[in-house]
Amino acid sequence: MTITEKILAQAARRDEVRPGEFVTCRLDLVMANDITAPIAIEEFAKMGAARVFDVEKVVLVADHFTPNKDIKSATQAKLLRDFAREQGLTHFYEAQTGGIEHIILPDKGLVLPGEVVIGADSHTCTYGALGAFATGVGSTDFAAGMALGECWFRVPASLKFIFTGQLSKWVCGKDLILYTIGQIGVDGARYMAMEFAGPVIENLPMADRFTICNMAIEAGAKNGIIAPDDITLDWVNSRTTRDFEVFNSDRDAEYAEVYEWDAADIEPQVAFPHLPENTRGISEVGEITIDQAVIGACTNGRLEDLRIAAAILRGRQVAKGVRCIVIPGSQEIHLAATREGLVETFLAAGCLVSTPTCGPCLGGHMGVLAAGERAIATTNRNFVGRMGHSESQVYLASPAVAAASAVTGRICGPEDL
Amino acid sequence: MPIHGKAHKYGDHIDTDAIIPARYLNMTDPDELAGHCMEDIDSGFVSKVRRGDVMVAGKNFGCGSSREHAPIALKAAGIAVVIAETFARIFYRNGFNIGLPLIESAGAAQGIDDGDEVEIDLESGVVRNVTKGEEYQFAPITGIAAELLEIGGLRERVKRQLAS
Ligand code: SF4
Repeated sequence: MTITEKILAQAARRDEVRPGEFVTCRLDLVMANDITAPIAIEEFAKMGAARVFDVEKVVLVADHFTPNKDIKSATQAKLLRDFAREQGLTHFYEAQTGGIEHIILPDKGLVLPGEVVIGADSHTCTYGALGAFATGVGSTDFAAGMALGECWFRVPASLKFIFTGQLSKWVCGKDLILYTIGQIGVDGARYMAMEFAGPVIENLPMADRFTICNMAIEAGAKNGIIAPDDITLDWVNSRTTRDFEVFNSDRDAEYAEVYEWDAADIEPQVAFPHLPENTRGISEVGEITIDQAVIGACTNGRLEDLRIAAAILRGRQVAKGVRCIVIPGSQEIHLAATREGLVETFLAAGCLVSTPTCGPCLGGHMGVLAAGERAIATTNRNFVGRMGHSESQVYLASPAVAAASAVTGRICGPEDL
Repeated sequence: MPIHGKAHKYGDHIDTDAIIPARYLNMTDPDELAGHCMEDIDSGFVSKVRRGDVMVAGKNFGCGSSREHAPIALKAAGIAVVIAETFARIFYRNGFNIGLPLIESAGAAQGIDDGDEVEIDLESGVVRNVTKGEEYQFAPITGIAAELLEIGGLRERVKRQLAS
């Protein structure tokens, strides 16, 4: 069996599962945010549920429109806050105590290898980087999960992506996943598990692994997953004392398809509007000027990402007329970045530094685009209107490319500086 | 109960940001959401859609965000069923969870044009294109999806489970 099949089998109390089978699994964690939880809280009541299945295992994070951008979003965040208090939830987070859901859940040790997690947010697949099965669902599924502590799944077939060789300078996890989506398309892994493996992945720090699994949904996948190794275990053990189980794919595990790529052939990637599959190597981008650069989001708002951006922006200036918005993914990351001097570097270079929020990633606030404007962003989606006006454009790239582009005012790699 | 309505046709990879832009996710009222359905890619949709109409699209319909606001907005706008070549998985779950039937049929998705009048029999798995006089088959909905449609969505299913 694959790692995904083994985790689902264990959670379904079965010896074996096969792709295509329907199973009901116990849940180790259920999560929702300030957009998806309001509908869920209403559904929960309409289901006739009184209490959540486990106050330790239901996590609510207000992050999309926080700090609240208007009265409606403030009302939604309050709904979460009140529900969390009323139910006695251990884990309710908002900007000052948390940050972006997919950054803080792993950081706080709330997701561990081998666990089964559903989140009412499509990028819940991020946690697969820890060797967990984690998938996005809608509000009603989340409400059911809160009430019952279980969820049904169709066991996905798995695709395996093996990266060999050496990463070139400035090529990171974001480039590997953008490249992958460029190869297989935005529905290339529809309904399937994407398993990432090989020597390149084994040498990647957790930050890059989270970025890779984060965007599995952009290929239509149910989950992304990376088998836990020493890097994972070091990371997890420094954050929890809870027990967990490590699963690995069998040598004879069956895959719907196995892809093998030499990382040396992959240069920094840019996904053109309006789909994440429209990728090109940085050398093929051409002359594209930008109005805004966004460095942050659950894809690339980690401390490691900020360090890369700061290394490029140090001693340089953001191009005249360009807005470079840096958003640390959590309050903790913001503090660490401040202590390391990264925030000062950003401010000195002429960037805007925001409190943690999803903000512009979904066109919410803190950097919404006007008609005709163009942004380079470390976010994960470049759909029509994603960052603002339906006639604006978003190009997706790594923190290195976004920072370098902010300096020149056109899309470029760090080598061009 | 056969569904009878006009087709509103769109292309491949219609994402949930297109169905309901994120700027409206600071509200949850179905009718308010319906008022902004599809507006970034088709500003005329809301004024032309009628109750009982059918949405038809290509591959990977509903990709992107997990927002249940997307099927809720479509349903509240009057869409009785969505036909697509394929659906993105979270949207597929969400549709049945809230009682919006979804049909995968490449034949229907390709054969039906915008404005065609269509008739659908969910039980027998037939889409009839009244305008063109064509018929397309689809695999009838079974399993959990069929159960959800019959009882009116996941809410009812959980309600029964909690009560038992
Ligand atoms: S940062 Fe963007 S993609 Fe990530 S959870 Fe927030 S809105 Fe979604």
